[in-house]
Amino acid sequence: MLEHLEELYKTALDELCKIENLADLELWRVRYLGKKSALIQLLRSLKTLPLDERREAGAQANKIKLSFEAELSEKKKILDEFSLTACLKRENLDVTLPGRQVFTGRLHPITQAINEICAIFNGMGFQIFEGPDVEWDYYNFEALNIPEGHPARDMFDTLWIDADRGSKARLLRTHTSPVQIRLMEQKRPPLRVVIPGRVYRYEATDATHESMFCQVEGLVVDKGITMADLKGTLFECARSLFGSERKVRFRCDYFPFVEPGVEVAIECLSCHGAGCHVCGFSGWIEVLGAGMVHPDVLKRVDIDPAVYTGFAFGMGVERIPMLRYGINDIRLFYGNDMRFLQQF
Amino acid sequence: MKVSLKWLRDYVDINLSPQEIAEKLTMAGIEVANIQASSSWDKVVVGEVVAVEPHPNADRLRLATVDVGAERIMVVCGASNISPGQKVPFAQAGAELFDGHTGEIICLKPTKIRGVSSTGMVCSERELGISDNYEGIMILPHDAPVGMSFGEYMGDTFFELEVTPNRSDCLSVIGIAREIAALTGQSLQLPNTAYQETGEEIKSFISVEIADSELCPRYCAGLISGVTVGASPLWLQQRLSNYGMRSINNVVDVTNYVMLEYGQPLHAFDYEKIAGRKIIVRRAFENERLNTLDGEQRVLNPDVLVIADTEKATAIAGIMGGAESEMTENTSVILIESANFDYVTVRRGSDALHLQSEASIRFSKGLSHRLPLPALKRAMSLLLEVAGGQAAGDIVDVYPAREEEKPIALTCGEVKRLSSLEMNIGEISKVLDLLGFACCQSKDPQEALVSVPYWRNDIHLPADLVEEVVRIVGYDRIPCTSLSAALPVYDAAAGLNLSQQRAANILAGMGFQEVLTYSLISLDLLQKVSPVQDLIGPMPLKLANPMTQEQEYLRTTLRPGVLSALARNQKLNEETLRLFETGKVFLPDDGGDLPREKRMLCAALCGTRTKASWHDRGEQQLDFFDAKGIVEAVLRRLSLQGEFKISDDPSLTPGNGAEIIIDGKKLGVVGELHPRVARSFALSGTVYLFEMDLDEISFFVAGEKKFQPVSKFPGAVRDIAVVVEEAVPYGEVKKYIEACSMVTQVELFDLYTGEQIPRGKKSFAVRVFYQSPDHTLTDEEVDKEQQKIMARLSQKLDVALRS
Ligand SMILES: [Zn+2]
Repeated sequence: MLEHLEELYKTALDELCKIENLADLELWRVRYLGKKSALIQLLRSLKTLPLDERREAGAQANKIKLSFEAELSEKKKILDEFSLTACLKRENLDVTLPGRQVFTGRLHPITQAINEICAIFNGMGFQIFEGPDVEWDYYNFEALNIPEGHPARDMFDTLWIDADRGSKARLLRTHTSPVQIRLMEQKRPPLRVVIPGRVYRYEATDATHESMFCQVEGLVVDKGITMADLKGTLFECARSLFGSERKVRFRCDYFPFVEPGVEVAIECLSCHGAGCHVCGFSGWIEVLGAGMVHPDVLKRVDIDPAVYTGFAFGMGVERIPMLRYGINDIRLFYGNDMRFLQQF
Repeated sequence: MKVSLKWLRDYVDINLSPQEIAEKLTMAGIEVANIQASSSWDKVVVGEVVAVEPHPNADRLRLATVDVGAERIMVVCGASNISPGQKVPFAQAGAELFDGHTGEIICLKPTKIRGVSSTGMVCSERELGISDNYEGIMILPHDAPVGMSFGEYMGDTFFELEVTPNRSDCLSVIGIAREIAALTGQSLQLPNTAYQETGEEIKSFISVEIADSELCPRYCAGLISGVTVGASPLWLQQRLSNYGMRSINNVVDVTNYVMLEYGQPLHAFDYEKIAGRKIIVRRAFENERLNTLDGEQRVLNPDVLVIADTEKATAIAGIMGGAESEMTENTSVILIESANFDYVTVRRGSDALHLQSEASIRFSKGLSHRLPLPALKRAMSLLLEVAGGQAAGDIVDVYPAREEEKPIALTCGEVKRLSSLEMNIGEISKVLDLLGFACCQSKDPQEALVSVPYWRNDIHLPADLVEEVVRIVGYDRIPCTSLSAALPVYDAAAGLNLSQQRAANILAGMGFQEVLTYSLISLDLLQKVSPVQDLIGPMPLKLANPMTQEQEYLRTTLRPGVLSALARNQKLNEETLRLFETGKVFLPDDGGDLPREKRMLCAALCGTRTKASWHDRGEQQLDFFDAKGIVEAVLRRLSLQGEFKISDDPSLTPGNGAEIIIDGKKLGVVGELHPRVARSFALSGTVYLFEMDLDEISFFVAGEKKFQPVSKFPGAVRDIAVVVEEAVPYGEVKKYIEACSMVTQVELFDLYTGEQIPRGKKSFAVRVFYQSPDHTLTDEEVDKEQQKIMARLSQKLDVALRS
């Protein structure tokens, strides 16, 4: 028995020395350490031996088993290292060959701009709200202090659904401001929202005019809101969009539904204020219309203007990528040429 | 609106450069779009006539020698009023002038007149475009510097202003001068409007009746008898010509001048032509006719307001005078109208008649009811100066809209509440004073009672006054602060349509390019998504005033836009394309309510599965399952489970499209685009399309989501092969397998038809994953479940198990 073990031990180690790969090593393991191997069989059959033989044979067999396990682990380490080294000895690839192609999609530059504007205002605690593209005259005009015949209607060339005029005439909203009214009819202050959406104008299309474009409207109503809050908020917005070095100008302007009214302009991106054709030689580019919510607008939605104040603003979305990337034709946005869209 | 710097200087001292003035006006709300120095009259200079001799060959022509500074030039001249010592405008060769007879623009060339060469011309006013006067040459004042360019001598700087609709007072030279005065801290010098009333009382000449006081809030009139209608003085002609207005005669010129100066349109009637010595302001009769000053016959209706006498209409109120009551050289008594007409009526009348005038533009902006009187006084005094005559005693002033003018109470607190600026009442009053507001102390030392000046009709509330104060002190004085108030309660449901944003991001991540197409579309394009060129959805909402046929209807589907975008890019030699749009469609409401605006997703793909490259020739064409796979991936990302069922959508090839169903509700379709539809969009190759209703999907996405514990116990995997009739869809098989609670996943790994199974049958090879959340499954348990599944399948679907 013991001799037999001795021989097994020698044969096994001789075989182990010759093994050159992990697969053969596994075969070796099964042969000498597997459930059906002679050694394991022997260990199992120990209890059938007389007690004195059992002790000696048991000790010997266990010693061999431990030795096999140690040798196996050692050999495995060597083979692992060997295969790793082999793995590293390879020809250089031509890394300039193109990779396997993956389709790349992008969001439309206008969607990207809207998402960016919303994210800026989300960061200042604004929520997002939306309203319909097809509106009543009441929301688009009357409720915003622009009754029929009002001179300010000249500011908006309107596409109408209904030929008959009146507050119940349907139209394509000319700005996102009607959503201010819808929001204030539904919710009470404090309000802090931005409203993205499409707007429409009866306007001949050219490089700087589209009959459809996007706006983001904003509205803040609460106790104690002042023009300083308006300036601070919109200054942050302009800086986030156009860089913190950019000069921002606030001037008086008129929109019927705000008082006082504000126009926000940034220093021209292409001439840095010196004057060029992009800015109409003024050095400034208008990016936002804004103002303190008109007391009559607040009254109309049952918010007491003696208690609450607020500010509202609206900005054209197309302008932002146009200015940033120097896009000189607004029609490119809705032309959907991949060669244009895949640049952003 | 254009305003001349020279003219502004009549009322206010301007020491700043035009650029500085423009900057101040712009910041205060009156945007200066452009500053222009006049540069007309190129090659025309101031000359001095040094000698006049007879022409050797013509009695009526003379030879004039003109000193133009650098040289003396002899020219032929036909004017009789030329004499030595005169300063005249002299045009050199190359100058552009108006032809004295035809009025056309001509370029002056050296010529020979009756044998004598002439290399220039002494000009009349008409030739220079200053007035209609061509009787004789234009004679300049003695101090005109010889050799100076005529443009420079006459010239000026002009501001092109963009006056906002609320500031009708700034459609006037004085209005702008007043702004400049306030912005530079000066007072305004207004023209003297005092005049002597030497004639009989106006009551004895004329009476005025306003038949419709709603449409004519005020009517003022003055009368001058014994006027001499003739040419205007040069300064008056010049100023009008700077504004592109031709000088007509002194009376008309004064009315135009005062309109530019005060912003109040005026009209002069020949008094003798007013029948019944009565002015009636009334609506026109249906089909009433009037010949207007522009030589057209106008057919009127009761929406138009007219100025009439007892017999007929003599002018369209606020828009244009009639030809019959026009001033002539023989006119000796004039009635000057200075009135206010309802701006909506003027605007509509002007639109309906397609007739715009300087007057109608101003009236339709809405002018102050208090403006007619000061403007009338100014016109009267100026008329007496340039046309002579005697003013009748008093004036007519019918003022149905007269209201008590209540001062507005403005507190320091209100200024601070809106603007954040801390100003005391003294500072506030000082700014308002500069703009012509009158501020009275109230009992409250923190409050001023502010009276609005006559020229402003846009100031009603304390907020309006706050704007006045702040725009003069400058918006720059307001600090920037961050919003400090408490945040409103966050309302996730109010947000941007969540599934729209998520679906767009998911698709872009899977290689789809987002496109945006117009909401407005042609009927033709909407019909193209049907193989029989018929509308698929409801009749779309139509615009009452479309700009073009291409943009006449509101889209009821995104398909035409997306397919057009696909076609456009195919034409650019892109064969393999994947694009999508998310956006609103507009489903009309039968009751005339607003349409239902539904948010949809539509995507289209065509070409090969991979792009051709050195790894892969890219020859595998897309099929239905590529499109479906994408739909499934989108749904998976949204944690939704979709079912698919054959669709009869007309845009899709019959039998090659599926409805997407979630919780028994149809939420979209996916399939192969009908070849006829593809052809109508000029698309090549097979196109796949899918569409989803994002509003519905949002509803499911917004639903509650519960965490599923991950089982700690190992599961088991078994393969089964089932042979079924060809007609049995895989979905049915899968449904019965999934019905077992231990099954966590079912994967089809082979679909076989062929020799090894009977004809008319097919075999699905399915890998089934079993797992229990609470124990390790034994082989016996799994076998038992598998037997149950097989039993159910054979019972429901008549399947045969295949080993
Ligand atoms: Zn510029």
